[in-house]
Amino acid sequence: MSNYSYILLIPLLPLLTFLVLGIFGRKYFNTTAGFIGSASLLASTILSFIAAKQYFFVDGKLNGVYQKIIAFKYTWLSFSPNVSIDMGIIIDPISVMMLIVVTSVSLMVHVFSLGYMKGEERFATYYAFLSLFTFSMLGLILSVNIFQVYIFWELVGASSFLLIGYYFSKPSAVAAAKKAFIVTRFADLGFLIGILILGFYGGTLDIGLLIERLTATQSAEFINMTTASFLGASMLTWGLSLIFIGGAGKSAMFPLHIWLPDAMEGPTPVSALIHAATMVVAGVYLVARLFPIFSMDPSSLSLVTYIGAFSAFFAAVIACTQTDIKRVLAYSTMSQIGYMMFALGISKVGGEEGLGYMASLFHLFTHAFFKSLLFLGAGAVIHMVHSNEMKDMGGLRKLMPITHIAFLIACLAIAGIPPFAGFFSKEEILTAAFHSNKLIYGVALFTAALTSFYMFRLYFSIFWSKESTLQHHHGEGTWSMKLPLLILAACAVLAGFVPFSNFITSDGKALETHIDLIFSIAPVGLTLIAISIAAYLYKKENDKPSKLAAQFGILYQAAFKKFYVDELYLFITKKIIFPFIGHPIAWADKNIVDGFMLLLGKTTAKISFKIKGIQSGKVQNYTLYFFGGILILSILFIYTWK
Amino acid sequence: MSESPLIPILIVSTALFFIGMFGLFTRRNMITMLMAIELMLNSVNINFVAFNKYLFPDKLNGLFFTLFIIAIAAAEAAVAIAIIINLYRSHTSIDVEDASEMKF
Repeated sequence: MSNYSYILLIPLLPLLTFLVLGIFGRKYFNTTAGFIGSASLLASTILSFIAAKQYFFVDGKLNGVYQKIIAFKYTWLSFSPNVSIDMGIIIDPISVMMLIVVTSVSLMVHVFSLGYMKGEERFATYYAFLSLFTFSMLGLILSVNIFQVYIFWELVGASSFLLIGYYFSKPSAVAAAKKAFIVTRFADLGFLIGILILGFYGGTLDIGLLIERLTATQSAEFINMTTASFLGASMLTWGLSLIFIGGAGKSAMFPLHIWLPDAMEGPTPVSALIHAATMVVAGVYLVARLFPIFSMDPSSLSLVTYIGAFSAFFAAVIACTQTDIKRVLAYSTMSQIGYMMFALGISKVGGEEGLGYMASLFHLFTHAFFKSLLFLGAGAVIHMVHSNEMKDMGGLRKLMPITHIAFLIACLAIAGIPPFAGFFSKEEILTAAFHSNKLIYGVALFTAALTSFYMFRLYFSIFWSKESTLQHHHGEGTWSMKLPLLILAACAVLAGFVPFSNFITSDGKALETHIDLIFSIAPVGLTLIAISIAAYLYKKENDKPSKLAAQFGILYQAAFKKFYVDELYLFITKKIIFPFIGHPIAWADKNIVDGFMLLLGKTTAKISFKIKGIQSGKVQNYTLYFFGGILILSILFIYTWK
Repeated sequence: MSESPLIPILIVSTALFFIGMFGLFTRRNMITMLMAIELMLNSVNINFVAFNKYLFPDKLNGLFFTLFIIAIAAAEAAVAIAIIINLYRSHTSIDVEDASEMKF
């Protein structure tokens, strides 16, 4: 086993950048912060690639199976000899894959922001926050201990909060940041309870040990956990479902998705980094990390499957009606993450049965590239027209040729047209779904068609439709903005050719996969039909879309209003939770808890007011009390305490 | 014990003690109060000496205690007189009724 301790540097470099820029940035580095942040992240990225090369090609394998390597471990807080919170670094296929994804997407975003955020007053603060986020995300994916995951999970949430609320003078951004924080915190409560349940029954918080104990059907922990039950479900199901709720909150799964579209108030590169490629897939990563345990419990896996599939479909329908381009992308992210979730849900451990697991992480990998490309492209467009609304755009293909090409590639990739990246991963997911659950397969297929429809609706509305009305524009942007687009576009084309199944599978062994051309006819055909419908409706400006919308009537309105989920949440909180739970508790706090304390204080004050005359300041009174006391004590001692 | 003069001695010392206490309660002049305290201390001394002499004639504990009390009384008188002098400087009076600011 060779030395991997340099991996420690990968998360620590961004942390250092955060500290330097956070403390001294505004004073000394306000113009150079971008270069400092990008340079330190470049170093992290290079280290990640070195680590990946070393792990995947040199010494990760033992007898043809990829090993879990603990590169570094430090016991941070020890509750008992068995239960402790450790800080450490785990090296296994998924963490190395995530290292590559997080560092390279983050690097692209850092470079893109050089141009996009130029001239911002709090430029250094922005880069400090970006570094903090990158650090937390890297810490999360390298965690050895489930509580370490939780700590970094919260850090990621906090830095996401800071970045969404970056434009804190805008009330909508502040509200969005608050909403994201509260909703994900709410979900994290489930995560915490889930951790405690797993830790209590598993007797440890170490992920490796937990997996070892809870996947052996003979172990005392497993038997305890499956026999103990609460409200009709075993504690294993409860623990895993609660952990999944935490993951669903971060990954914006229905019904905890409401924060994601609003989170688009943050700067666009931030959306590309956090709300497309990295933080929102943390939930998928969490389920994948604990997948051996999940696979022991069919009921929580089916929860993952159905929530994932429903979110995928639900978000795709909403995305078809939105007019804010970033919101369309947000819903498409939610939909693609739904794909990853249900692919995990239908998977099992080992061999062909584990195809879903591999497919899910493959999709995570390719999605990170093309989705961040879409967001960065959208950022370039927004930078150009200073608006998020589709109606303000149109005909931009001549003005921004590079962005246009990159965006087109990303759209083709997400739609799943061969040979772009999305095709391969989506194909694997659909194959896995086809072999295990036909209902899910149907939903996935239909969602795939919807995906390509709304993506090309977006594409045509931005770059074709009407002639551009832009009079004064400042060109396509600097090279620091174009370069990441080109690199990511290359990734979106090439990422699908990575022989992913050789590296990442549910059991560490390489898996033979092949693209079945006959099987591909249905999804690709449907996708092409959907693209042509989108082209027919949106390529030229016309009134067909509005007529179509009118025909769908109520359904269109409902989807446009995001199926009233936000309103439902508001109704529940304002009309039910506040008056029936919040106000009574506030009343009890004010009148009973505070009242008791006030009563104590007031009584003391009253009594002391009455008896303060005793302290007269006259020495002889005091001597009188003194001798009186002695007299009473003597009587007591002499006559009663014989 | 009826032969021994212990009872009359105890009566004297008790009388001395309560005279001292009465003086402490009624006199306003601090020097008189100090004298009253000395009376009480001396009544205790008489008790010690008497008990030592008539109950444990072969021991000296009571006498030594008495010596200690005399020494402490002397020290106490020095401190008390210092306090009285300071009181006189700040209040131009040694009447305790005039020095009653230390109250609620």
